[in-house]
Amino acid sequence: MKENEILLKEQLNDVVMKFVIYKPLVAKAAKAGQFVILRGREGGERVPVTLVDWDAHKGTITVIIQSIGKSTFMFNSLSQGDCFLNILGPLGTPVAIENYGATAVIGGGVGIAEVYPIAKALKAAGNKVISVLGARTKDLLILEPEMKAVSDMTISCTDDGSYGQKGMVTDALRGIVEAGEKINAGFVIGPIPMMKFTSKLMLELGIEPYASLNPIMLDGTGMCGGCRVTVEGKVRFACVDGPMFPARTIDFDELIRRTGEYKDKEKLAVSQCEKDHKCKLGLH
Amino acid sequence: MPNPSAPRQSGRQQDPAVRRTNFEEVAHTFTKEEALAEADRCLNCPTHPCQNACPVGVHIPAFIAKIKAGDVGAAASEIMKTSLLPAICGRVCPQEKHCEGHCVLKAKFGSVNIGGLERYAADTARAEGALRPPVPSVSTGKKVICIGSGPSSLACAAELRRAGHDVTVLEALHAYGGVLRYGIPSFRLPREVINKEVETVQSMGVKFKTDVLVGATITLKELLEEYDAVYIGSGAGLPMMLGIPGENAVGVYSANEFLTRVNLMQAYKFPQTDTPIRVGRRVIVLGGGNSAMDAARCAMRLQPETVTVAYRRSREEMPARAAEVEHAQEEGVKFEYLVTPKEVVKDENGRVTGVRFTRNELGAPDEKGRRRPVEIPDSDFVEPADTVITAIGQRPNPTISKTTPDLKVTERGVIALNEKGETSLRGVFAGGDIIRGGATVLLAMNDGIAAARKINEYLGEK
Repeated sequence: MKENEILLKEQLNDVVMKFVIYKPLVAKAAKAGQFVILRGREGGERVPVTLVDWDAHKGTITVIIQSIGKSTFMFNSLSQGDCFLNILGPLGTPVAIENYGATAVIGGGVGIAEVYPIAKALKAAGNKVISVLGARTKDLLILEPEMKAVSDMTISCTDDGSYGQKGMVTDALRGIVEAGEKINAGFVIGPIPMMKFTSKLMLELGIEPYASLNPIMLDGTGMCGGCRVTVEGKVRFACVDGPMFPARTIDFDELIRRTGEYKDKEKLAVSQCEKDHKCKLGLH
Repeated sequence: MPNPSAPRQSGRQQDPAVRRTNFEEVAHTFTKEEALAEADRCLNCPTHPCQNACPVGVHIPAFIAKIKAGDVGAAASEIMKTSLLPAICGRVCPQEKHCEGHCVLKAKFGSVNIGGLERYAADTARAEGALRPPVPSVSTGKKVICIGSGPSSLACAAELRRAGHDVTVLEALHAYGGVLRYGIPSFRLPREVINKEVETVQSMGVKFKTDVLVGATITLKELLEEYDAVYIGSGAGLPMMLGIPGENAVGVYSANEFLTRVNLMQAYKFPQTDTPIRVGRRVIVLGGGNSAMDAARCAMRLQPETVTVAYRRSREEMPARAAEVEHAQEEGVKFEYLVTPKEVVKDENGRVTGVRFTRNELGAPDEKGRRRPVEIPDSDFVEPADTVITAIGQRPNPTISKTTPDLKVTERGVIALNEKGETSLRGVFAGGDIIRGGATVLLAMNDGIAAARKINEYLGEK
């Protein structure tokens, strides 16, 4: 086995792949809420990806990647036996896993994979874990069995009602609390608007919210400051101070604006890549 | 006979109008004729004040004499007796402060172009296959880790290997060189030169590993279990922010981010490379150090309409090297002195539209003797901008110290050394920006060399 080698690749749906990679030092040091930075080729971007699982004994880490641009598409084109060019980690501050009593763990889309290790760690620390999983449609809902295995209660919902409850994760969470469940802390990972509204709802419901932020990153070590976010009115670096922050004072609107900075360039990269390779990434 | 009154050779440079559109090196290496003419100017004076002023004590008259004799290989070997990175030093050392600042010819005829000659010796010897790295001493069986692959750690690793130790360099990023790679642009230091200098250190038997962030991937404690000594040369690596309203507006970069995108990630080749960068029509760089000059000159090469460096004191107090300021000016960078940024102004979409400044006048000198900027009341004005780059300095990255509670750091976050130059942990040494908080390549290298000597003594006693 070579370092960075893909030992197992599994397709979870049209755009989401799971990779089990040989990376012993990261597997040994990893904790819930941390991430790695991946690079696929010379000239390639440094892309932060959450650690979904790890096995110190086998020396493996698991990441789940959604094709959303050129780099992630190229990652997802790698095969079993191929190697990532670079993997740096584990990065970021681990999530403070305590016994909060009852906790809500909310994942949206590929965010379900990212919130999974937190649910697992909370469960191991003796918490009651109530998981709410959301996706646009049935095919995009991932890791439901894994989440069920580490949760006391799991509710899945889809926007179109093709699976589970029809509606948003916020509707489901409100329903749980209205049914009499007393929840103390909530952890949410997903698209930024979803994290914003879920955090807001949690505050209304008396749940202390935490959200994991995904700003644009470069080195991932605190060196560049590109991942600046505003929390409690202060500038924080998501790569080292986060990525998980108490969500009651996160400036989500600023985060949305800052993550949109290169949208046009990302489109250009995809179309250029399709031209060069005479292929369709199917990402428009 | 030496010919000191001959005109100083300054070497050929790319025309400013051309070079502001590319990332190729500004200055060319001397031709043989230029090098011989310049070497001929050296008096080989017995007191060699140049050598005395060099922090690493390069045998300057001796290597110049070897160039004169036509043996570039021997000239390079002479330099490498005390400095193993001659192609880098020849390019980025502030020679005007050290060797050339003390040349006896300075006042009357202009100093010998020692930097140019050092670079010539290194580049030419390398091109001719005549650059011979020193042969390491017989193995001591001792294992040492150098954290970081910037100038300080590289110099330390090379010296330790020369002394016969088994040396491994750990780098957090995906490419070697540290600040040489992510900070210094290719038009001042071509990537190929960094690659070659690293290869030279590798050829001596030093092992290198990327993607290891000590404090995250592995702890200092774990390293100490496996290695006999550790050198921390992990650099500054934490940008200082302005702490003014609007600094998280879209279009505001720290110099570290801007330079890393351009230099490490080669964003100027996007979309051939995958990392994007954006400069708008008008760029403002806040700061007056070498990073500010590098950022301004990189920005200029991405072809905006204007690039303006805004500095709170006057030209005289500006810390950047004079040559860098001149190069920036030649390339069309404008300078606005005696202004302090108060706010980054943004539009309703959170995008930068300008910087609000106040004007200053110079007051009494500060503790370093530089005159302090004093704000002029009611002098606010807004300078329009589409891109703002903050280059106001760096502090040490806390990744190692945060995960190593026994390692003493000062209030400024730099690793504390005792009077013997040791850290608070036995067998752990440190140098470069992690003890200085942001200095020069040469001082960092010098720290690495000095630490290698201490580590050598420590391992001898151990």
